[in-house]
Amino acid sequence: MRLVIPLAITFTAGMIMILNFFIPHQPFAFLGEHLQEWYMIVASGAIFLGTANLLHVHVRKMKLRLRNWQYSPVTIIGLVVMLILGLIYGVEEGKPFDYLFMNMVAPMGATMFSLLAFFVASAAFRAFRASNWRATLLLSSAFLVMLGQVPIGAMIWNKIPLAKVWLMAIPNTAGQRAVMIGAAMGVVATSLRMIFGIERSYLGGAD
Amino acid sequence: MTILRGVFPLLLALVLPGAMMAAGDGGARVMAVPIQPNVGVAIDLTASDNPNDAGGVINLEWAMDSGGVEPDSIGVVRLDPSGEADTLAVLPAGTVFYRDTTAVNGTEYTYKIVSYLGGKVAGVSETATAVASAQWLHSGRIGMLVILSIMAALILYYIETGKKGKELYIREIGGLAAVDDAVGRATEMGKPVLYIPGIMDMDDIQTIASMVILGRVARKTAEYGTTLLVPTSRSVVMSVAQEVVKEGYLQAGRPDAYVKENIQYLTDDQFGYAAGVDGIMVREKPAAIFLLGTFYAESLILAETGRSVGAIQIAGTAMPSQIPFFVAACDYTLIGEELFAASAYLSREPKLLGSLKGQDAAKLFFIVLIVLGVIASTVGQFWPPMATVADFLRDLVTVE
Repeated sequence: MRLVIPLAITFTAGMIMILNFFIPHQPFAFLGEHLQEWYMIVASGAIFLGTANLLHVHVRKMKLRLRNWQYSPVTIIGLVVMLILGLIYGVEEGKPFDYLFMNMVAPMGATMFSLLAFFVASAAFRAFRASNWRATLLLSSAFLVMLGQVPIGAMIWNKIPLAKVWLMAIPNTAGQRAVMIGAAMGVVATSLRMIFGIERSYLGGAD
Repeated sequence: MTILRGVFPLLLALVLPGAMMAAGDGGARVMAVPIQPNVGVAIDLTASDNPNDAGGVINLEWAMDSGGVEPDSIGVVRLDPSGEADTLAVLPAGTVFYRDTTAVNGTEYTYKIVSYLGGKVAGVSETATAVASAQWLHSGRIGMLVILSIMAALILYYIETGKKGKELYIREIGGLAAVDDAVGRATEMGKPVLYIPGIMDMDDIQTIASMVILGRVARKTAEYGTTLLVPTSRSVVMSVAQEVVKEGYLQAGRPDAYVKENIQYLTDDQFGYAAGVDGIMVREKPAAIFLLGTFYAESLILAETGRSVGAIQIAGTAMPSQIPFFVAACDYTLIGEELFAASAYLSREPKLLGSLKGQDAAKLFFIVLIVLGVIASTVGQFWPPMATVADFLRDLVTVE
C-alpha cells in the first residue's frame, strides 16, 4: 500500500497532464489547470516549512554552539527584521522593507553575480590551455569569436566577424541542438518511466 | 431627416443581420456602412472559433478602411440568436483583432464592428457569424502524439526485452562510474559530501532526476558512514530531499546515522543561494561535490568555488548554456540526457536499462528523421515533390 498509492497518484496525475497536452476538451483542460494550481498551493504552503527549517537549523546551531555558530544570529536577525518590517509597513516602494531590499539584498546579489566575471576568466584560462588537439581547437575558435566581437578583429581582416557569425550560427547551434534534443528525449523517457511506475527509486523502493 | 438617414442603416444592420448575410467561411457579410461620410470603417470582418481549445472563444479579425477619417474608437457588438445586441468592448482606433472569451459553445453569434467619432456612431462594418466549440484533439500536436507513441512503444519493447534477461549494452558514463569513487574519497579524507540539486523546484524534471541520484548517493554515504550535506533553494525540494535521504539511510540499514538538519533550506534567491552554498564549501571543505539539476548563472560560481577547495566534482545538467562551465570547472560532467540516464545506470536494473536502450533506439529514429529532413529539404530546392516531403517532416516535428 505504501508503494501502490504514490504510484497510482503519479500515474493519474501524469496521465492527466499528458492528456491535457493533447486534448483541449473538458474535463482535461480543467483538470490540467487545476493540478498546476494545486502545485502552486502546495509550494506556497511549503514556504513555511522552509522558514521553519531555517530557524530550526540555526537555533540548534546556536544552542549547541556548533562550529561557525556565530553566523547563525546574523541569518535569524536578517529573517526576522525583514519579516517584521514587511508585515508592519508593507512591501511597497519607499517602505523600510523595500529600502533594505534595494540597498542590501540587491547589491549583495549583484556582488555575487559580478564574481562570475572573475570565475569565467579563471575557468577559461584552464579550459583554453592547448594541452591536446581538441583543447587547441577550442582555444582557436574561442579566440576567433572574441576577435570577431571587437572592432580590432574587422580591422585585422574584414572576414573575421563573418567567421565569428558562422561559428556561432552553424557549429555552435548544431552542438546546442544536439544537447537539447538528447535532453528532451531523456525528459520524455524519464517521465514515461515514472508515470508507468518503472522508475520507483524516488519513492525509496527501487529494488 | 438627417438623423434618420444616419440611424437607419445602423438599425438595419443591428436588427436585420440575417437578411444581409452572404455565404462564406466564418459567417455572413454585408457591405460596410459609413454613416458619416469619409469615416473609416472596419472591412473584411471575419469571425472564427478559436482552434484547439476547450471552447467559449471566438476570434474576430478585420482591417480598417484607410480611405476616410480615422474614428476615435471602435466598438465590438455581438448579437445573440434572439437578436439582442451587446457591446463587448470599446477599443482604440487601429485595433484589428478581438477575442470574445464569453461565448457559449454551440451558440451562433453575429458580430459587427462599430466606428465612433465624437462619441457618436459614425460607421458600421459588415457582419460575421461564428459558433464556439471545443476540440477533442489538438491539431498542432498530432505529430508530437505520433512521436511520443513511437518513443513509448520502443521504450516498452526494450523494457520487455530487459525483463526477459537479454544482455543490454550501455556505454560507460564516466561521471556516473565515478560516483562511488567520489563518496569513497570523502570517506577516506573524513570530509563531508556536498550535494547541490540545482535551483529549480520539484516541477522541474531535472530536479526530479537529481532526487533519484540523491537517493543512490545517500545510500552510499550511509554505507560508508560519511556526512551528506544537501542545501536546497526550494522548500518543496528540501522536503523531498529529506525523505529521499532518509529512505536511502533506511535501505542502507543506518537510520540512526540520518541527520535531518544536514538537508537544509537556504533561500529562494538565486545569488543568495550561491553565496550560502559557497559559504558551506569554504567552511566545511567537502571532499566530493555533486552539482546535479537545473542551474543558471550560478553554475560557474559554485563549480569554481568547489574546485578552489579541492573537491572532486561531478556535475550534470540539461541546460545547454551551463554545460561548458561545468566541463571547464568540474572533474566529470553529465551532459544533457546522461543526467536522466543516471538512475538506470547506477541501479543496473534490467527494466530501467531496457528503458534506456529504448531511449537510444528512439534517438536513432530521430537521427534518421533529421537526416531525411535535411536531404528532402536540400533536394526539394531543385525537385518540388521532395519539398512536400520536407514540409511533411517539418509539420510532424512542429509543436504548437
